Amino acid sequence: MTEQEILQELTVVFRDVFDDESITLTPETTADDINGWDSQAHVTLVVATEMHFKIKFRTAELESLRNVGDFARLIRARVTTMHVAESPAR
Amino acid sequence: MEQLAWLPAHTDFAGALKWARQEADAERRLSQLLELCGYRRDFVATERLDRSIGACLATLDAGASATQLQPARLAILSSHTVDHVAPAIRIAALGRRIALSTHVTGYGLHRQALMDGERALSSFAPQFLLLALDAHEVQSGVPLDASEQGLAASVDQWIDDLRILWRAGRRRYNAQIIQQTFVDTAPSLFGSYEGLVPGSPRVFIERLNDAVRSAARAEGVLLLDIAWLGRQCHGEGIGDPVRWHQAKQLIAPQFAPQYGDWAARIVAASLGLSRKCLVLDLDNTIWGGVVGDDGLEGIRIGQGDPLGEAFLAFQHHVAALGKRGIVLAVCSKNDPAVAERVFSEHPEMALRRSDIACFVANWEDKATNLRRIASELNLGLESLVFVDDNPAERHIVRRELASVAVPELPDDPANYGGRLADTGYFEAATFTSDDLTRAQSYQANAERHAILGRTTDMEGYLKTLSMTLVASAIRPVDLPRVSQLINKSNQFNLTTRRYTEAEFAHLIADPRVLAVCFRLRDRFGDNGLISVILARPDEQWGRNALLIDTWLMSCRVLGRQVEAAALDVVAKEAAHRGTHALIGEYRPTARNALVAEHYPKLGFKPVAAVDTRSPGSTFWHFDVENAPPLHFITVERLS
Repeated sequence: MTEQEILQELTVVFRDVFDDESITLTPETTADDINGWDSQAHVTLVVATEMHFKIKFRTAELESLRNVGDFARLIRARVTTMHVAESPAR
Repeated sequence: MEQLAWLPAHTDFAGALKWARQEADAERRLSQLLELCGYRRDFVATERLDRSIGACLATLDAGASATQLQPARLAILSSHTVDHVAPAIRIAALGRRIALSTHVTGYGLHRQALMDGERALSSFAPQFLLLALDAHEVQSGVPLDASEQGLAASVDQWIDDLRILWRAGRRRYNAQIIQQTFVDTAPSLFGSYEGLVPGSPRVFIERLNDAVRSAARAEGVLLLDIAWLGRQCHGEGIGDPVRWHQAKQLIAPQFAPQYGDWAARIVAASLGLSRKCLVLDLDNTIWGGVVGDDGLEGIRIGQGDPLGEAFLAFQHHVAALGKRGIVLAVCSKNDPAVAERVFSEHPEMALRRSDIACFVANWEDKATNLRRIASELNLGLESLVFVDDNPAERHIVRRELASVAVPELPDDPANYGGRLADTGYFEAATFTSDDLTRAQSYQANAERHAILGRTTDMEGYLKTLSMTLVASAIRPVDLPRVSQLINKSNQFNLTTRRYTEAEFAHLIADPRVLAVCFRLRDRFGDNGLISVILARPDEQWGRNALLIDTWLMSCRVLGRQVEAAALDVVAKEAAHRGTHALIGEYRPTARNALVAEHYPKLGFKPVAAVDTRSPGSTFWHFDVENAPPLHFITVERLS
């Protein structure tokens, strides 16, 4: 998955969670840019992202998820390692 | 764990939500959104739906009454974060036609809110108070090498503490308490040996839950038993340690829809909105194969083959539900003689013909037949659950009869029973010996009807029944059944005022209130507690009159003159107390047209009065010195 594809998929997740079709994301988007991105919504966002990409963030990573770019970077790393790990089984 | 698996999946939930939101008319928008509550959904979709419905209800003036939703209020007092489960509880409640308002007190403030009071909670005036504590909140305080006695003492101490909280909650807020059981989130210390160590934290939680259950029974507290429910989640719990460390969420967000349903069904059950009747398809639902094609010998039911055993296990579950008091019915496309023969002649059947209160087998469409079953059993369509293996039939019934619950069934009949249990459609808030005898009473009713068929005059028929009506004040032991009637009766119910057990107990504690419950015996047996009347002083009617706030009766004893005998009792008691008049109130609903003429029939005179608190009501006057209409019932009075 490219950074751009991940950003596109993330936009779907964000629009669902914040119920706002007008959201457009850049790697620099932070909680300040999105209405309703409070601490409770943040947890929802984390879990919705995990479910969408079928990954799981580690506890140690949670604190580093400050903007959309952070989400995208971690997703990319996780999706890539998963594919590598899974490939022998295929 | 697959959540809400019994609800049908929507082909395009997001699209339907978007479509519904664009509907300009608020009433129509609401009804489209409400329809979506009946579909399977994840937690994000649940939150979106909740947001839309919340906004829609807010724009509709008195929206709940306009749409036949029953309003209710639930407060959640917790030692952990619960804000994220509230939307799921509300949506699950809406799926049961309840417009549930929720109030969450700040996390960890439960003790303060109960013991010292909280203004916001008081003005919210909860009817239900969910106390959701976690295992971190209760620590045994006993060392690992503690004895059984040490463990028991610690458990007792926590139970005493909980009882104090429950009683404070009930006294201060007059609410029905719901206690959540504790789930152990800590890893095991000893493995399987754990249970042999009284001082282990896990043993403590298990003992505590046992003690919570029996204390709750004694105190009239209901349980949200996630310790048991969570166990059925097939290896996956409902929590996630990451979410605990991140946000103190005991329930992980993705399990909110399931948890919300567990909580909402308790509220529904308390309000009398649980379903009462299970309607079964036959072929490939309670036995394998098609009896019309395969013959009596060809169907798969009973020991000796795995599929036959799976269907047998399902039948045993259904039969047990029947014994619990769920009314059983059959709705099948079949030749009636062929279908009935399986019940009377197949030796392996666990369900007998006598277990089925209404048996409909013909070639008409199922929606028509379900309507017929509801009317024969004197039940509303919203009391029915219809189980059918055929997805097409399920789909048609859902489309034609939106009020009937039609659970999705798994592919394998071995899982039918588990799925039916997962739905929570038959959630109970009480269980009394009357429930146990309900099936027999349906049969006895059939016999009474048979006598009526043979007797030409009504008077003679009623005399042959040798009825005795036992009237008594409502004692604590009567409360569960009384509360059940108050919250379940729709048809013979003059005012349809619902009260939780706690609210009702509070009401009748006033000595000026005249509250009577009635039991009816006849030559066929005991019909149990079948009627409740509550008359109370009311400012509008002055000191010399009592307003009949509640008068209801089980439809099982309709047409037996019980009303006249009951009036006899209440009028005499009112006169004895120095009251001159009884004021009857009829508050029409969609379901109680049956009693529209109740008061005039008993000799009450119309009163031209309007009560602004209940604008649709009509009022009726009865002089307590008047004689009530003739009846053939012997009245027995218990003090």
